[in-house]
Amino acid sequence: MYLYSLTLQRPGGVVCATNGNFVGGKTQEIVVARGKTLDLLRPDESGKLQTLLSVEVFGAIRSLAQFRLTGSQKDYVVVGSDSGRLVILEYSRERNVFHKVHQETFGKSGCRRIVPGQFLAVDPKGRAAMVAACEKQKLVYVLNRDAAARLTISSPLEAHKSHTITYSVTGVDCGFDNPVFAAIELDYSEADIDPTGQAAADAQKHLTFYELDLGLNHVSRKWSEPVDNGANLLVTVPGGGDGPSGVLVCAENFVIYKNQGHPDVRAVIPRRADLPAERGVLVVSAATHRQKSMFFFLLQTEYGDIFRVTLEHEGDRVTELKIKYFDTIPVTSSMSVLKTGFLFAASEFGNHALYQFQAIGEAEDVEASSATLMETEEGFQPVFFQPRGLKNLVRIDQVESLMPIMDMRVMNLFEEETPQVFTLCGRGPRSSLRILRPGLAINEMAVSQLPGTPSAVWTVKKNVNDEFDAYIVVSFVNATLVLSIGETIEEVSDSGFLDTTPSLSVSLLGDDSLMQVHPNGIRHIREDGRINEWKTPGKKTIVKVGLNRLQVVIALSGGELIYFEMDMTGQLMEVEKHEMPGDVACLDIAPVPEGRHRSRFLAVGSYDNTIRILSLDPDDCMQILSVQSVSSPPESLLLLEVQASTGGEDGADHPASVFLNAGLQNGVLFRTVVDMVTGQLSDTRSRFLGLRAPKLFSATVRGRQAMLCLSSRPWLGYIHQGHFLLTPLSYETLEYAASFSSDQCAEGVVAVAGEALRIFTIERLGETFNETVVPLRYTPRKFVLQPRCKHLVIIESDQGAFTAEEREAARKECLEAAKMGENGNANNRQQMENGGGAGDDDEDDALSDEQYGYPKAESDKWVSCIRVLDPRTGNTTCLLELQENEAAFSLCTVNFHDKEYGTLLAVGTAKGLQFWPKRSLAAGFIHIYRFVEEGKSLELVHKTQVEGVPLTLCQYQGRLLAGIGSVLRLYDLGKRRLLRKCENKLFPNTIVSMHTYRDRIYVGDIQESFHYCKYRRDENQLYIFADDSVPRWLTASHHIDFDTMAGADKFGNIYFVRLPQDLSDEIEEDPTGGKIKWEQGKLNGAPNKMEEIVQFHVGDVVTCLQKASLIPGGGECVIYGTVMGSLGALLPFTSREDVDFFSHLEMHMRQEHPPLCGRDHMAFRSAYFPVKDVIDGDLCEQFPTLPPDLQRKIADELDRTPGEILKKLEDVRNKII
Amino acid sequence: MDLKASDRFNINSQLEHLQAKYVGTGHADLSRFEWAVNIQRDSYASYIGHYPILAYFAVAENESIGRERYNFMQKMLLPCGLPPERDED
Repeated sequence: MYLYSLTLQRPGGVVCATNGNFVGGKTQEIVVARGKTLDLLRPDESGKLQTLLSVEVFGAIRSLAQFRLTGSQKDYVVVGSDSGRLVILEYSRERNVFHKVHQETFGKSGCRRIVPGQFLAVDPKGRAAMVAACEKQKLVYVLNRDAAARLTISSPLEAHKSHTITYSVTGVDCGFDNPVFAAIELDYSEADIDPTGQAAADAQKHLTFYELDLGLNHVSRKWSEPVDNGANLLVTVPGGGDGPSGVLVCAENFVIYKNQGHPDVRAVIPRRADLPAERGVLVVSAATHRQKSMFFFLLQTEYGDIFRVTLEHEGDRVTELKIKYFDTIPVTSSMSVLKTGFLFAASEFGNHALYQFQAIGEAEDVEASSATLMETEEGFQPVFFQPRGLKNLVRIDQVESLMPIMDMRVMNLFEEETPQVFTLCGRGPRSSLRILRPGLAINEMAVSQLPGTPSAVWTVKKNVNDEFDAYIVVSFVNATLVLSIGETIEEVSDSGFLDTTPSLSVSLLGDDSLMQVHPNGIRHIREDGRINEWKTPGKKTIVKVGLNRLQVVIALSGGELIYFEMDMTGQLMEVEKHEMPGDVACLDIAPVPEGRHRSRFLAVGSYDNTIRILSLDPDDCMQILSVQSVSSPPESLLLLEVQASTGGEDGADHPASVFLNAGLQNGVLFRTVVDMVTGQLSDTRSRFLGLRAPKLFSATVRGRQAMLCLSSRPWLGYIHQGHFLLTPLSYETLEYAASFSSDQCAEGVVAVAGEALRIFTIERLGETFNETVVPLRYTPRKFVLQPRCKHLVIIESDQGAFTAEEREAARKECLEAAKMGENGNANNRQQMENGGGAGDDDEDDALSDEQYGYPKAESDKWVSCIRVLDPRTGNTTCLLELQENEAAFSLCTVNFHDKEYGTLLAVGTAKGLQFWPKRSLAAGFIHIYRFVEEGKSLELVHKTQVEGVPLTLCQYQGRLLAGIGSVLRLYDLGKRRLLRKCENKLFPNTIVSMHTYRDRIYVGDIQESFHYCKYRRDENQLYIFADDSVPRWLTASHHIDFDTMAGADKFGNIYFVRLPQDLSDEIEEDPTGGKIKWEQGKLNGAPNKMEEIVQFHVGDVVTCLQKASLIPGGGECVIYGTVMGSLGALLPFTSREDVDFFSHLEMHMRQEHPPLCGRDHMAFRSAYFPVKDVIDGDLCEQFPTLPPDLQRKIADELDRTPGEILKKLEDVRNKII
Repeated sequence: MDLKASDRFNINSQLEHLQAKYVGTGHADLSRFEWAVNIQRDSYASYIGHYPILAYFAVAENESIGRERYNFMQKMLLPCGLPPERDED
């Protein structure tokens, strides 16, 4: 089996981010590392974050830094990754790519203890960069420029210190003196050899300054001083005239200002009043705001509170350090303050946000200061505060992130054309169920009812130079309605259009005249109001029309074509007639090329399943240039120029080419390239779009030509970052559409469907899925489908949190204390459900959990609930909150064989579970619930105590199988409890997954991969007959077929194991079912071993796997979801030829286009185990971004043309989504 | 294969060089404790380096990722508890 791996949804989580002027010019951009991808984001004028570029780097990005050479206008990005290399990137605006300026190898690849890459620091003046490892190694590179102003990099200077752990590294701002880097270090050498523990207790963190002597080209330890043992993060303080220089050391509960030769200035970080005493306060992210006259720091704690830190200083003496409460936003992994007054907050989990500053925290608030620091016998006196609503920040945009995906299922619950992906995402109060549908999201601007059923709609400008459309024209069966676009849209009668007849086409002709084509003639409305009418000869009527701004071709009934052209005086003149063999099905003329008078090509579709290209040149007018036969009569034609993108925002160089698109009656969209000179057709592609013949309309997307295809659902074909994408829109079936542009909506679409006129815009281009969000209460763990009424049953649980009632009580107390009175209690219910997921109304909610997080409880407290949810409405029909520290971990639906109750729900729970210092629990339980009220609600039948955590449950032959610790047990339903029937205690560690098929049980162990079991009814015995030879820390598993399982391990690998066919047959034929052999097990394992047939490193922890098809009639593939919030698919190849082609393409891509951050592609995909039989589609899909000569070179090696390769890539993607 | 004295010396010095350069390179007298300490430190460094794993742990323990990273760094000091008493010989 060979698989094609493709990422469907790029990861949403952010590892680190940095901001600067990467494009050059005045704008500010943010470079964001999302694990394996590097994105360049920019807030646009309206404050929406736009993705300029997103590159897959095939490596793990661990740190980012930005620097600028003095006097330069543009910033560079330094990337620390797992490649053992330091990479410096420059963004090239012309080609819209990151250009690798330098790549310096310093060590082995992989995330290793002593190989640098974890920490990066740059000198604030851009003269040097330090890259450090967790332990021992630090390297300093000198950055400079050569005579041609190119960036140069020196060989590395070592600043190693062995037996030393590094916590944080930063550059110290010391103006133009020698660059200095600061590091928090801890020496462990003595603690390792002292058995008394004295040395470990005395181990002291140090703040060390490393000075790079630019004259001697040498790095020395300049200064080292003990620092608070809770220190974890360093922040540079501006120096060199702008400030006192030095660093802020963020430690648990404290912020300390330190500098060489300066006494410490220390202040406590205020604590939330409700924080348990055992917990410290740790700063997890920091951002600096710098202006000419002032600077301040924003530090965010692990609970989400942001503090503004200011320094009072005289010259370089710091007299006071103040920490003032600023605002509370969800915990971030990185914050960036932009010069334009925005704060980009990259959340650890869930959606990221862009905030605008309303104020900079000058107002009165809780403040801790070094001047008021009080030391008592118990330590420093804490300062308390209560979080409150946002005062200084306003959220203006958010970027969706699925991180972390906890569970996922692909199902077609809503009976739509394509299945939906149900994902459980997020954590704690920000958890949600997200329903993903393949397609682009649309934003509906207006829907208005019309007085009949419209058949078509057009928009038209009054003048070619107008920015916006003037009229919307709607045609009915026997009338035409004209609406003028202004502040409002209203009907007008002075437009000159004939309103007593249906229309076939309405458009702008020439520069400033309008044309209406109706069945009996052509009405030409001149700018001054004169009207020229052309009438059809005899009793013939016009059936089809094709036109552009200067040319019109009409088809009369019977198959006669008449060609008109606009002359110099603005008159429409008949030029030529042509008799077609039969009726014309559809017509189209390509747009007039820039600087020309006419387009050369006319495409005519006939009912005899052919499309002809006719010439419109005066020399060979109406000559047939080429003929293409198609599988079914064409319904609609569109000649679309796929524009040459010689760079700019859209990347890749593409030769300009005209595509002939045809919507066929069998629902297929047929695309073929038209040769610009000869009119020959070549390179055909077809794709099934839906059950109705697609109607094609041209539209504009980001100022470029695009295509709307209306089949049983609407599709948009457009160019995105160099790829032509054909993506469905998540909207209902549309009849007819036209592009729409007005004051309120620059790039919209107006469409008719049923009796309504709809205006909408298309959002978030480039996304594969759009989502519907249903908020949840706690971290969701798993869910199942209630088979009868199609409701979802979700279990949620959180450690170290208070139950809803406790939180409610605490909130009341707090509100009363704050004298907020009763009005805060009005929306209690909603607050318990932590507000709307995408709602923008939480700002005025006094204490929204989604924004502030749940208050922390002691770590041995658990909260959990079981929820029954109707996915159609998003309503919860039943919610059972578990009591007394009980938390749910597994669930399944089960039908016991006596059928007394029908379908029951089994939930595995644990009470008082603790992981530290040792894993322990008070008790485990299996709850059995009955569905009542037609499956909308649950009723407890009984509860059975078990000795461990039941991490997995499964139905098997009318009984319940439970994996409890290392025991696999079979239960039957009793009146008052579950009855043990059979068990096997021979599993190595903990059972985490179970699947059953026929009489086999596929058990996944947390640490030891899969075990295949059988149950012998006659002897009542469960036994393992085969297992895996590789220890795998399972995080997800899925049953593929009788002998095969797919699994994913904690280190980011996906693998398939299969029991060899002969062994499988032997076991099935053996009357003892391989049991005798089982008794002779080998080396403490099972007698038979599975074989690994597929292996692939995803580079992200996979949490869920499923075999499913995302498109109707498409092949099944394995879909996976990851912790970082990405979705991917593995598609099995069906032909050997494809395997050969793609493996060769992959090989050439590896050679010609090595990954951006310096990790070897093959080594990355084989990071833990050698990659086996999987072709990396993400790498292959980078082919269109290569320069054209390189594309041609690779294509030549493969004996194909670049076009054929692009077509292959498109085809294989279309098989998946 | 017969080793000359110079070869043996050479191999030893190579090994010493490796031990100095790569933390955690083993030697013949490596104790169980030293081995375990190295493995643990390597593991923690790997968790810190792989952000998705860090996030996975953070979800399991309901802590912030930043706190989880800090905890792992702190554990690198004494990953396996106190070292055992040394035998005098």
